[in-house]
Amino acid sequence: MTKQVKPAPKPKKPTTVKKPVTPAASKKTAKPQGQSKSLRSGKSIVPRESVAGTALIFVIGIMTFLACITLGGVSMIKTSAGKWQSDISREVTIQIRPFDEVEMEKAIKDASAIALQFEGVVKTTALNDKETARLLEPWLGAGLKLDELPVPRLLTVTIAEGAKPDFAAMGQQLEAQVPGSTLDDHRAWVERLTTMALTMVAIGTSIFLLMMAATITTVIFATRGAMAGNKDVVDVLHFVGADSKFISGQFQKHFLNLGLKGAASGTFGAIILFIILGLWTSNSVATPQGDQVGALFGTFSLGWSGYFGMLIVLCLVAVLTAVTSSITVQRQVNALQNYKR
Amino acid sequence: MISFENVGLRYGIGREVLSDLSFQIAPNSFQFLTGPSGAGKTSLLRLMLLSLQPTRGLVKVFGKEATTIKPQQMPIIRRKIGVVFQDFRLLDHLTTYENVALPLQVRGQMEQNYRQDVRDLLDWVGLGDRMHVHPPVLSGGEKQRAAIARALIDQPDVLLADEPTGNVDPPLARRILRLFIELHRSGTSVIIATHDLSLMDQYDARRLVINSGRLQIYD
Repeated sequence: MTKQVKPAPKPKKPTTVKKPVTPAASKKTAKPQGQSKSLRSGKSIVPRESVAGTALIFVIGIMTFLACITLGGVSMIKTSAGKWQSDISREVTIQIRPFDEVEMEKAIKDASAIALQFEGVVKTTALNDKETARLLEPWLGAGLKLDELPVPRLLTVTIAEGAKPDFAAMGQQLEAQVPGSTLDDHRAWVERLTTMALTMVAIGTSIFLLMMAATITTVIFATRGAMAGNKDVVDVLHFVGADSKFISGQFQKHFLNLGLKGAASGTFGAIILFIILGLWTSNSVATPQGDQVGALFGTFSLGWSGYFGMLIVLCLVAVLTAVTSSITVQRQVNALQNYKR
Repeated sequence: MISFENVGLRYGIGREVLSDLSFQIAPNSFQFLTGPSGAGKTSLLRLMLLSLQPTRGLVKVFGKEATTIKPQQMPIIRRKIGVVFQDFRLLDHLTTYENVALPLQVRGQMEQNYRQDVRDLLDWVGLGDRMHVHPPVLSGGEKQRAAIARALIDQPDVLLADEPTGNVDPPLARRILRLFIELHRSGTSVIIATHDLSLMDQYDARRLVINSGRLQIYD
């Protein structure tokens, strides 16, 4: 114990240690105070510009894009299937077979009157000779004279959207009052289309659910991977006295931000893709490719429900990222806070 | 303030690195913790910091038996213990000012209430002109001083410093020691782990010497 350090003359509690009690300190505090702007980095406690953070945004963006594409696809198939079904069920056909004793024009008028009595029937349209001849042209050739052949006449009945007239009663009345007439309500077609549409929607929904499960799993693992790089930050915050609520709050805020950035880029990428495809299909209506695509997928327009669903996916992915980071950091802090043998 | 009774520590199934440690850190006391490299100084500091659990014995901190401290009480205990790590543990993405202000920020204090205190303390440790830079551009000695300032900023009841003068030249080491002495005189218990004999010779204080896992105390 040779040389002794001389303690400062007046020890004071709290702020005195921080105060410039030494000549060196008082000399330095005389410095201009213009540094306040540069004192702060403007950064949050959790570092934002990390490679893991960028990679996480990228992964979230890709997975959200794929999930939104799947959701959009399912929504489109559902809409298209409903439209096919609706188009067919909005029209039924009355067929009147010619008999010697049947006066065809009167029979058409009677059948039309019977059909129009039913609620939901908008109009009836009888195919004239020319239209009937054109329908039969592929099989019987051009220049067909209907008077020479016992060709049945067709009457199309248009039904209002969503209306369900009593087709059984209509058929019975037609058979009773108009000899040779039958009603074809396309039930077999509608049933097949309904089954096909439901199957397609079920398959699409399953794919979407699998896609969401993959997205959730990927986001969880990617978030935990990005969190691993922040272990030192958690340790330091813990040792300077931050409680678990403060620490998890900081990380939750940061990762919600990352999740929003990634999910927004993926979602808006998918929305832009659907808009571009929609414009393309609407511009190629008259072309064979356009007609083919249009027949299968409609006009690629999702409707508000489709876009709303995508926004829900965006929010879900962002919240999931934040919650995963919060749970991960909570576990880490709990491990630091638990003092057990 | 801190008391150890027959504390032993072993890592895994190896031999005990610390054996039968029994001592007390009194309020407003000053002590050096010394011993050869690898003797277990850092392990003992970690035991006092409650970041490591002993394999046997009883540790009491601020009158509470350590195993009875609930997780939610741990931040309150941490706030009473300032710590200067050997590897500094500064956050590289924050400025020196922000690093030093971190303990106050996590306590929810408003910046306008502590800005001047942080500046004064940084001035005092000789970092007045470096408070706006980030740790990666600081020298080892500057990082050391920033870490010390962070540990002192909220006037802890106990200060644990692991080799706090390991990266600084003798004049600065004396200044840092003077800072610790001043802190001690203002009521804080100070424990400085060091193997720098010349530093210990500058101030007559209690010495805790660890050798081969055993502790000898020279009051």
